[in-house]
Amino acid sequence: MADDKELKRYTIITAMDNVAGVLSQVTHLFSRKGFNIETIAAGWTTDQKVTRFTIEIFSDEAKVNLLCNQLRKLVPIHYVEILPPEKAIRRELMLVRVHAADKAARNEIIQIANIFRGSVIDITKDSMTLSVIGDEQKTEAFESLLKEFGIIELARTGIVAIERGEL
Amino acid sequence: MNMLNSKSKIKANGSDILLNCLLEQGVDTIFGYPGGAILNVYDALYKRQKEIRHILTAHEQGASHAADGYARSTGKVGVCFATSGPGATNLTTGVATAYMDSSPVVFITCNVNTDLIGRDSFQEVDITGVTLPITKCNYSVSDITKLADTIREGFAVARSGRPGPVLIDIQKNVTAAETDYEFLPLDQHFSHGRLVRLQKTFHPSVSSPEPDLEAIDKLADMLEKAERPLLVCGGGVVRSRAEKEFRKLAEYLDSPVAITVMGGGAYSGSDPLKTGMIGMHGSQASNMACDACDLLLAVGCRFSDRVTLNPSTFALKAKIVQIDIDASEIDKNVKTAHHIIGDAKRILTLLLDRLKTKKDHSDWKSYVFSFKVETEYDDPQDGVLTPKQVLSTAAEILPEDTIVTTDVGQHQMWAIQHFKFSYPGQLITSGGFGTMGFGLGAAIGAQIGNPEKSVLHVTGDGSFRMNCNELCTEQYYKLPIITLVFNNSCLGMVRQWQHLIYHERYSQTTLDRGPDFAALAQAYGLNACRIEDVDSLRKALTEAVNSRSSGKGWVIDCHIDIDEMVRPMVGGNSHIANFMLD
Repeated sequence: MADDKELKRYTIITAMDNVAGVLSQVTHLFSRKGFNIETIAAGWTTDQKVTRFTIEIFSDEAKVNLLCNQLRKLVPIHYVEILPPEKAIRRELMLVRVHAADKAARNEIIQIANIFRGSVIDITKDSMTLSVIGDEQKTEAFESLLKEFGIIELARTGIVAIERGEL
Repeated sequence: MNMLNSKSKIKANGSDILLNCLLEQGVDTIFGYPGGAILNVYDALYKRQKEIRHILTAHEQGASHAADGYARSTGKVGVCFATSGPGATNLTTGVATAYMDSSPVVFITCNVNTDLIGRDSFQEVDITGVTLPITKCNYSVSDITKLADTIREGFAVARSGRPGPVLIDIQKNVTAAETDYEFLPLDQHFSHGRLVRLQKTFHPSVSSPEPDLEAIDKLADMLEKAERPLLVCGGGVVRSRAEKEFRKLAEYLDSPVAITVMGGGAYSGSDPLKTGMIGMHGSQASNMACDACDLLLAVGCRFSDRVTLNPSTFALKAKIVQIDIDASEIDKNVKTAHHIIGDAKRILTLLLDRLKTKKDHSDWKSYVFSFKVETEYDDPQDGVLTPKQVLSTAAEILPEDTIVTTDVGQHQMWAIQHFKFSYPGQLITSGGFGTMGFGLGAAIGAQIGNPEKSVLHVTGDGSFRMNCNELCTEQYYKLPIITLVFNNSCLGMVRQWQHLIYHERYSQTTLDRGPDFAALAQAYGLNACRIEDVDSLRKALTEAVNSRSSGKGWVIDCHIDIDEMVRPMVGGNSHIANFMLD
């Protein structure tokens, strides 16, 4: 019972009919049950009529199980799963535009991007726009290194996750 | 040509398709109120009055409660119509009431034309947005080709699995647009539209989960070993109409049976094993049994705060076992030792097959029944009529199978404590949402759905004042409903809390005002009287029963003392055996 109450980050995967109003139906349920959604990412699957969501929340085990059972009751929902951390491949895309007024700064930013397997998407006289893909530890590390150059704008997609294949 | 016998496709407009789809469902009665956006539907209804009866109420809220009362008392799906905007929002209290008590009602609203949506048009409201958290599912229909399948799906969702209300909002232009329609018998609905997927995947919205047989074996084993079992009969036994199976189980187990507000009627109130209501106003026998039992088996009960009070001290000595059709109810309010997900009737049938020998729990029963099952109210003082006298007199004079609807408050608890309900659907009360003003609408629905039975509407002066406009519906449709007003000139239940907890600061609960309910009822064309003693009550009730065939309802305004309280009482979030009032 004690373990049940420990707050952990949970990755919930759910697929549902791709029709108007479904997003609000799902997010409304989270807020109604007192959850704050940490990240949410959605897009259609191999079937354009089905939208797949990756939603991450902090919860204890009992509450997240209850929430999943409540989600399963929604008519447009096809399935709901909690991805166990050891089986989850989790990635998000981060786009960031930073100040890069001189050559030294540009070189250093490119080096950082290379180390993070990021890429330069756009460059102007005084700024660069980069993208990087990874879990939140990687994107946060990338962000913190770029902070000293001065971040002009930053956008994250939110985590998308998929289960690892069996070995 | 009878359209319904024709297999061929016809061209029909949205309004006719809607009515045809209702006929596919076997609907013959609709409660509702017309308006601008739903004009096309009412025009279609005008032409088909012989096939579908429409009950026009005074207010949409009354229609919503009537459809709910109809559903609860007949076991069928209730249907309610309203127009856009205020028509739709007036339904919402009724929608939420049905939702909290798992009552199958399909609400049909119409909205403004598709090209006016989102422009704050006259009488426009996003009713699917408004009712999202209080419907099992809702739909907005903007495409005529999807209308028939949406209605079929809506009915399937409302009635299947754990039942509940569904709202279908149809844009006005859809009710006029034409498309092909083909009559589809009810048994073929799952081969069309989204129902195909929902059925194939055993979606909980349209199916009852097939119970886990091993879990039932385990429960049978637990029941064999239990020395001090307590059964809790919840609303799920009513919805599943599993009263026979439940009774067999109680007899086999020789176990005391506590009944929740929603479980009223599913276990006979005159059965010697019943301990009465459980929870805040539960009997001493129920609550003490709950505190001492070693196994608590709750069937179709969600352990609401009014039952468990303090969940962390609830049934501490017991292994709690929950049988529920809804997986999301398991471990929601109390942690269970074991649970089975599925339909109560199905699970109890399978369970009974596995039970070997009849139990004898005489010692345990003698402990439980050493506590009071029924509240002993004080004798009348100064000749003032008491609630107990009113209810005893009603029970004595009215037929045994009388359907009882209630509003919310003291009168509700008194009625549930006092009457010995004997079949599911006999008690119709707003248990979960606690909707004052529910009772009269519900009584109208129950009387329409059960014309042969007597219907008693028990109410208080506060509740009755809220929606007594529906007396005109009662009069117009010649419904011989008997309304018993427990008139204590106050909001009794709130006053009771103010008396016990707020040091008698009676803030805004004294209703020292009109109307004269008897005069009001007479103005509506009903029989009515003001009652202050048992003899005149007996006379009035006898006359009401004898004049039933006249189709003229009665309002009997019974004046009781302002300080009467509901007993016993356990405070909110307190331990279930710590009675604040005996």
